[in-house]
Amino acid sequence: MDEKVMGPNQNGPVILDDLLIVSQSPHVRSDESVRRTMMDVLIALLPAMIGSVYFFGFNALKLILVTVIAAVGFEALIQKMFKKAIRIGDLSAVVTGVLLALNLPAGTPWWVAVFGAGFAIIIVKEFFGGIGQNFMNPALGARAALVASWPGIMTAYITPDGISAATPLQILKSGSGTLPAIQRMIFGDIGGVIGETSAILLLIGAAYLIIRNVIDWKIPVIYIGTTCALLLVLGVDSGNLLYHVLGGGLILGAFFMATDYSSSPVTPLGKIIFALGCGILTALIRVKGGLPEGVSYSILIMNVAAPLIEKYTKPKVFGEVK
Amino acid sequence: MSQGKLTFKGGVHVPEFKELTEKKSIIVADSPQLAYIPLHQHTGAPCEPIVNVGDRVKIGQKIGESSAFVSGSIHASIAGNVKEIKMMYTPTGMKVKCVVIENDGTEEMDDFGTQKNLDELTAEEIIAIIKDKGITGMGGASFPAHVKFSPPKDKPIDTLILNGAECEPYLTSDHRVMLEQPELVVLGLKAVKKALNVEKAYIAVEDNKPDAIEALKKAVDPADGIQVVALKTKYPQGDEKRIIDAVTGRKVPTGGLPMDVGCVVSNVSTSKAIAEAVLYGKPLYERVVTVTGKGIVEPKNVLARIGTPFGELIRQCGGFSAKPGKVISGGPMMGIAQFTLDAPVIKGSGGILVIPAEEVKEEPVLPCIKCGKCIEVCPSGLQPLFISAYSLKNNSEMADKYFALSCVECGACSFICPAKRPLAESIKNIKKEIIAKRKKS
Repeated sequence: MDEKVMGPNQNGPVILDDLLIVSQSPHVRSDESVRRTMMDVLIALLPAMIGSVYFFGFNALKLILVTVIAAVGFEALIQKMFKKAIRIGDLSAVVTGVLLALNLPAGTPWWVAVFGAGFAIIIVKEFFGGIGQNFMNPALGARAALVASWPGIMTAYITPDGISAATPLQILKSGSGTLPAIQRMIFGDIGGVIGETSAILLLIGAAYLIIRNVIDWKIPVIYIGTTCALLLVLGVDSGNLLYHVLGGGLILGAFFMATDYSSSPVTPLGKIIFALGCGILTALIRVKGGLPEGVSYSILIMNVAAPLIEKYTKPKVFGEVK
Repeated sequence: MSQGKLTFKGGVHVPEFKELTEKKSIIVADSPQLAYIPLHQHTGAPCEPIVNVGDRVKIGQKIGESSAFVSGSIHASIAGNVKEIKMMYTPTGMKVKCVVIENDGTEEMDDFGTQKNLDELTAEEIIAIIKDKGITGMGGASFPAHVKFSPPKDKPIDTLILNGAECEPYLTSDHRVMLEQPELVVLGLKAVKKALNVEKAYIAVEDNKPDAIEALKKAVDPADGIQVVALKTKYPQGDEKRIIDAVTGRKVPTGGLPMDVGCVVSNVSTSKAIAEAVLYGKPLYERVVTVTGKGIVEPKNVLARIGTPFGELIRQCGGFSAKPGKVISGGPMMGIAQFTLDAPVIKGSGGILVIPAEEVKEEPVLPCIKCGKCIEVCPSGLQPLFISAYSLKNNSEMADKYFALSCVECGACSFICPAKRPLAESIKNIKKEIIAKRKKS
């Protein structure tokens, strides 16, 4: 270039002596990133994590640390073995670890938690191609594997007082035992896995995710709404409906698990159908099935159906000629 | 219609950075020592030179024309001698014949004839003037205006929309034209309205330019049948099909043109140029260019002659404030990165954007996390993640099935992608493949 453009700035003249950078447009990017998205999910889960430690004490803290360390460790290990770029920095394994921990009863032994983290990361996530490719929610897939392998441990729910106790929905299903007061269910002072018990703490986090536009409010709202509607149709006493909403992991599942990007449809209409399906299955399992809660299996079944739903719910192209 | 209500589905909010120049009045740039005037600045057939090396030309003198209907005449932008006629790159990346004129400093104007009155001109005469004065679209694609205003008989036009959205970040040239010369913008619109014989006309402006909306409203006579409407500020609001949707609710069919839904869309700066051509006989040899970006010492809106090298305008704006990374013709979303500062201003150049080297970061491309944000923002209702995936596998057949050709290349998907995937870039590539295959078969 024979022409050099100079600018009289404070550092002396700027001389164009290098080649300019050329690339296709767009030349600007938003400040969104995968890491930021995962960080948002972790921030949203923070109240529930703190709550779990408050209610269940050291056990909860131990489980969270064990699953997170194991999940990140397995991810790094398998990515190294597969000679892929090590991407633990995207924090997705941390999210999986936290979600798995929140899905465990407080008394779960550490080695069960480690097995779960390994199953989630290695089998469900990395074997299918890693982030964005997992066909089901890794944490839920691992939970299902753990329930199948150690049903005793995985259903040994204890209350925050350390007394083993049935969950409210187990009480409803079996018809024996006394239901806790609704206020206790809102704040989390009930039996269940460590992360599902406090509705209010989960909802604070969920609100954050919706405000940050990380999740679409439609999936959880339609999911919970459908569950309630169908429960009423199936003859569940409307006085017990709040127990169904606040208990059985419905809030944790609807806001944090059913909204998992890679295992739910990407299309706007697909998301609605997915949420409807989750709601219908949850209600059916709770009333007609053998399980009292049914959230994880509903989501897992719909996870598997997601690609099909996606295929048939392509968005309408602008000006599409029929 | 209330302010900010009109819009379309999809789109994204991009940081505007218009504050660098939006309050700065248009200043006349010095005419360059050498003007490199490409003979092909428009969609359609290139022009052939009608001057020879050594000829003396005056400002506004026609130097290139084509016998093809879809073409736009080219005029000299400075007075002086034709130094050479050679092949050069234009900012759009085409290598075309350029007439190089050496400025003799006289600034001698060609005779533009007597001032005309719109009432005395027929539709045919208006279109003939627009063709003769080389008016082509100044919003980017540079489609010859006389062709746009001569729709086939079987496509009745009932609505004319003047596009003042200027949704590209950084650019303020249209904004300043609307604010400083609203009468000319409206006058040009009236001329086109008469040429097309339409009753209804709109001037649509994004609501981030309330002063321009105000100025235009003042310049419009209620009896003119022209309505100034505010659009929601959202990228890519200025896309032709999106602006028709926002203003009229009509959706141009895929693969169709605005005239398929009875609309013609033209840019506000083009309208100003039409007013000057029709009334004063002035050919399109200069335009307002926003020279901006963090890499420019003093960002400005300048009235620059066509053919002025980018480097010359950058120099007139104080030069580079830091080591330049990218010099872009147009805005950051759809503009074209230049490899040389010798690229000349053409009729479609709304801006020159300089991004400092330290701000051009190469971010690692991560795997898609299927967040679906690209689907949310796509103004065409496409699924960029899938089209891009097929493009990367070079599967043009599947990309076509996912309506790749409906992509308007606005770049919103790439902008929003948290995994920093080159969605729009890969879709643009596969579009070329699809078009090439269709041509073959």
